[in-house]
Amino acid sequence: MGEMTKAMRKAFPYTIPVLVGYVFMSFAFGVMFTEQGYSVLWAILMRIVVYAGSGQYLAVNFFVPGVSLLQAAFLTIMVNIRHVFYGLSLVERYNRVGFLKRLYLIFGMTDETYSLVCTTNIPDDVDEGKFLLSITLLNQLYWIGGTIVGSLASTAIPFNSEGIEFAMTALFIVLFVELWCKRSNRYPELVGVMASILCLVIFGADGFILPTMILIIAILMINRNRLDTGKIETEVERDA
Amino acid sequence: MLDTMDSLIMIVVVAIATFSTRAFSFIIFPKGKEVPPAVSYLGKVLTPAIIGMLVIYCLKSTSVLAYPYGMPELIACVTVMALHLWKRNTLLSIGVGTVLYMFLVQYVF
Repeated sequence: MGEMTKAMRKAFPYTIPVLVGYVFMSFAFGVMFTEQGYSVLWAILMRIVVYAGSGQYLAVNFFVPGVSLLQAAFLTIMVNIRHVFYGLSLVERYNRVGFLKRLYLIFGMTDETYSLVCTTNIPDDVDEGKFLLSITLLNQLYWIGGTIVGSLASTAIPFNSEGIEFAMTALFIVLFVELWCKRSNRYPELVGVMASILCLVIFGADGFILPTMILIIAILMINRNRLDTGKIETEVERDA
Repeated sequence: MLDTMDSLIMIVVVAIATFSTRAFSFIIFPKGKEVPPAVSYLGKVLTPAIIGMLVIYCLKSTSVLAYPYGMPELIACVTVMALHLWKRNTLLSIGVGTVLYMFLVQYVF
């Protein structure tokens, strides 16, 4: 357990931005779920077995009579379809760890965890698997913690939290800027932004992610000869 | 609110659906199976592209054509970028950007 504690301590500073964002986002989920008539225990159970940013907000709408299971499954898959492609970036790294750990890492692959895992340079003196596990686990603990607070305090909060969700946007912008400082990342970053804007305009906010991912992959594959120089580094130095 | 049994079944369905999207690539490329060079390449270049996509994804509900014309988002995003390029301090950039955005949507626009 000593090794794991060490990995947790090393991983913690990298997860602080997610801590801030998650506590407030999951707080909002706790409030919404309680308003549907579910107690804090339900919210916690939901948080433990389903760990998924925006998917979780969507799921709140399923807990009313009249939504079929098939419909719920289909909508959940569509909202989370981008994670199919996240897996592609992590297959090599995650396949190096043991089976149970890998199962949990895959289960916990949210947008935020994915972004941290892909851009964090693992310290030399920590075990890779334990470090990845620490990041994923810490993030989920923030997620659960925020839900508990949100469910319990859903009434009489003298604090206007409108706009707090911008913490996640800011986190991704920071990672974007960090990657930008390494020249090799600029082309794929621009492809990601431009393809998203184009598809958002054409398909609208509810259905643009799948076409965006397909467009991104097509453009990156067409340019493979030019980009595949082996110099792509997504691990950035951070003040952690 | 659904009854207890229906609620439990719904949670399990949502859990399986969520997990299946994440596990998809790992089922196609299980441990021990050689990952083709094209996928290996894609895995590397996809990260910066996906981070770019996530920035837009977070901003997808911004109203650009109606008041306030995306002004709070634009101001806060530019601030985070400029501050981060200047100081390179993650917490400072996120903290200042979020507080500024909250101030803008609550009091200014």
